[in-house]
Amino acid sequence: MVSDLVLDSGICALYKREQVAIFKFGMERRIYAVSNFDPIGEANVISRGILGTLGTDTVVASPLYKQHFCLETGRCLEDERQWLKTYPVRVHKGQVQLRDDLPGEE
Amino acid sequence: MVGQKLIDNIVADDSCEVELVVIAGESRLAYDRVHLSGYFVDKTLEDLALTDESFYQDNRIKYSLNDKVVGIDLVTRLVTTASGEKECYDKLVLATGSYPFVPPVPGQEREHCHVYRTIDDLDAIMASAENSEVGVVVGGGLLGLEAANALKNLNLKTHVVEFAPQLMGAQLDADGGGLLQTKIESLGLEVHTGKNTEKITEGAERRYRMDFSDGSYLETDVIVFSAGIRPEDALARETGLNVGERGGIVINDQCLTSNPDVFAIGECALWQGKIYGLVAPGYQMAKVVTSQLLGTDPVEFKGADMSTKLKLLGVDVASIGDAHGKTEGCKSLVYQDDVSQVYKRLVVSENGKKLLGAVLIGDAEAYGTLLQFKLNSINLPNNPENLILPVTGEVAKIGVEFLPDSAQICSCFDVNQAQICASVDSGCRTPGDVKADTKASSGCGGCAMLLKQVVDHKLVQLGIEVSNHVCEHFDFSRRELADIVRVKQIRTFKELIHSHGRGLGCDVCKPTVGSILASYWNEHVLKEDHITLQDTNDVFLANMQKDGTYSVIPRIPGGEITPARLIAIGEIASEFELYTKITGAQRIDLLGAQVHELPIIWKRLIDAGFETGHAYGKALRTVKSCVGSTWCRYGVQDSVTTAINIEERYRGLRSPHKLKMAVSGCTRECAEARSKDVGVIATEKGWNLYVCGNGGMRPRHADLFAVDIDTPTLICYIDRFLMFYVRTADRLQRTSVWLENLVGGMEYLKDVIIHDKLGLGEELESDMANVIGTYQCEWKATIEDPEKLKRFRHYINADEPDSNLAFVRERGQKRPATKDERIELKEVTS
Repeated sequence: MVSDLVLDSGICALYKREQVAIFKFGMERRIYAVSNFDPIGEANVISRGILGTLGTDTVVASPLYKQHFCLETGRCLEDERQWLKTYPVRVHKGQVQLRDDLPGEE
Repeated sequence: MVGQKLIDNIVADDSCEVELVVIAGESRLAYDRVHLSGYFVDKTLEDLALTDESFYQDNRIKYSLNDKVVGIDLVTRLVTTASGEKECYDKLVLATGSYPFVPPVPGQEREHCHVYRTIDDLDAIMASAENSEVGVVVGGGLLGLEAANALKNLNLKTHVVEFAPQLMGAQLDADGGGLLQTKIESLGLEVHTGKNTEKITEGAERRYRMDFSDGSYLETDVIVFSAGIRPEDALARETGLNVGERGGIVINDQCLTSNPDVFAIGECALWQGKIYGLVAPGYQMAKVVTSQLLGTDPVEFKGADMSTKLKLLGVDVASIGDAHGKTEGCKSLVYQDDVSQVYKRLVVSENGKKLLGAVLIGDAEAYGTLLQFKLNSINLPNNPENLILPVTGEVAKIGVEFLPDSAQICSCFDVNQAQICASVDSGCRTPGDVKADTKASSGCGGCAMLLKQVVDHKLVQLGIEVSNHVCEHFDFSRRELADIVRVKQIRTFKELIHSHGRGLGCDVCKPTVGSILASYWNEHVLKEDHITLQDTNDVFLANMQKDGTYSVIPRIPGGEITPARLIAIGEIASEFELYTKITGAQRIDLLGAQVHELPIIWKRLIDAGFETGHAYGKALRTVKSCVGSTWCRYGVQDSVTTAINIEERYRGLRSPHKLKMAVSGCTRECAEARSKDVGVIATEKGWNLYVCGNGGMRPRHADLFAVDIDTPTLICYIDRFLMFYVRTADRLQRTSVWLENLVGGMEYLKDVIIHDKLGLGEELESDMANVIGTYQCEWKATIEDPEKLKRFRHYINADEPDSNLAFVRERGQKRPATKDERIELKEVTS
């Protein structure tokens, strides 16, 4: 449910056995979905990071070692070899819907 | 000290292949004589040591102590020691120093008559003071006044007897000496100038009677002679090296004696008829000899500036160049304020363009600036009087852009402007960084202001904005934001960023503002307005570990715990299979808790009588204690009760960084209070308070802040200290670094906290009272609120734990699996 999201923070959802971090951020209350797995700290913690902006990027800071990941592209600002997987996301009838390559729900 | 400097210089050169042998007459390796009087206050032998045995061993330097050299054979280049050891040399350096001059007064050899030079002398003075009431220092020079301070600290009624008509005649003019005397007398010391001691005999009231040539006399128990120094040149004299008429081993610009293989440096050396009794010229000589021993670019000794700034008995005193105005045609500018007891005199050249000398009493802030004018012969501004008039606005500063690269900024460690700039070039960005890198300003600290200016100027030159802005969203420092929040009564991040910032914030400004809001308004950190500001540790009220699980640390005030509570912790830990470890802060850490387990674990802990330990927050962590007078044979105060009271008073206080404290029940210091932000050590009369210590990455002993205070005063000072720190420190700045960056340093801090110079005392105390009054256990409030509990699950849409977690057992407990162990675990299960 979209009502489970807290503005300017994140939650973790299980989607087809994958852990996905979902955030609602900013004036436009935009929703972002990225992999919950921190490739640098090697733990499922991204959803617990602090949201913010750096220059023109909207970012989440890893709670482990504080690297910033762009929510739009998944790119790590400190280490360009590292990425978070990103998921297309939309709200439909009060439900948050994700899609990777197949149509899916919740 | 000078000899040790030479050794340090040589060892610092990696390519050096010089084999060093050090022979010393004293029983100790080199120690800091400049800060010797600290031995009576809070410095230990280790604090004063300039080196240790491991340094010698690591660098393969052969050394022997307690074994004076008694003979030098200049032809065979062989030295012989008192014990008969022989050692040959290619080059020999004499750094024998000086000995105190004791006037040939009949009776000066009596038991409680001392000199003031070595640690052994200090020990003897302390022993004499044990059953004495009155002490006299003979000699009103720089060292004599240091000695007087020592006697005063030993609680003796102290007199200073000086032969000359004024104090510190070598450095000060008559008016300056006069004001210094007034100030010292107002501290309860008695100064007797123009007195020539004729004899010392048995006293009637006190142990001894001193008779002066004018017929007057003084009774006393202890006498300390500090009437100047004489170069220790006996060995050189016997060896046949040239010595001066009035003593001192004659050296040339290369610091060579009359023998081409023998150098002399420091207070034993005589250069152009002058003995230099300060450490800086000695260090300069060490540099000269280093260059010759290592064959690097030769440096010559060209004389040294004898300007000096120091604090004597709490009075700022400085003297620069021609303080007496003896230069022909010179003119003076004088500022004298008998009310505030400040005296400043500038001696300028006939045309008024150059500074020749200066005397500053009571306020020596201008010293650094004036010294640069003098040393670099910089033209004075049109109104040089502004340099000494009381500051009404901005402090008069020298434009550092006028200083040449070679300008010496720190005379204690001989650091010049070029070296400071190089340090900034290599990446140092703050005066604190540069201080650690170059040692500049770590001696007397007189150059701290100047150092900051040079660093800032260099940063501007490099195009690095000297910015203390928190981040791109706020053009303010943490301190400024704290002022805004307090004065404008701002209660949420949103309000603050709308009115004083831009954009949406980031992971730097959000927790910073979250901490400031908590320091002033102390609302629950998980309140809706605040929760998105917090680091994950604050969001889940626990410390995240490397695998994403959390640790749980309940508060155990002062480290005191009942067996029943200990059992409760044990039961909870075994039920939830938590890895259990005692922390360094006298608490118990329970690790490996998953997000969804945290509220259940805390419910159990709270039911057993625990509350949150704030181990996750930038907040007061713990107040460590020893058992104190309740149990310990040596304890003099109840350290446990005080520690518990302090911990319960400040628990939950959010601050720029974590805070640690400790209370020791006696001077043996089992609670290690001097490694803490706030350290309290019991004395017979009350408590000594130490502040701004640190363990961790950059260990620092806390500085003595107040002596023998009672418990209410202790609490009042800590209240003010903590709130002043919370208000003014930068983000993530521990108290130790904060102090190092505080302009004015420890003296200023004492002025603000103890003497309430800024008139802030009451406000700081009431801010603290507000925090104490609004304290709540964050965990208790959380488990009682279903809204707040919503977050404590790993998935929003599934009731299962994080599938990625893997543990193995070690020594009877679980711990996170390593990478290799994970692979093995997978193979076993698949």
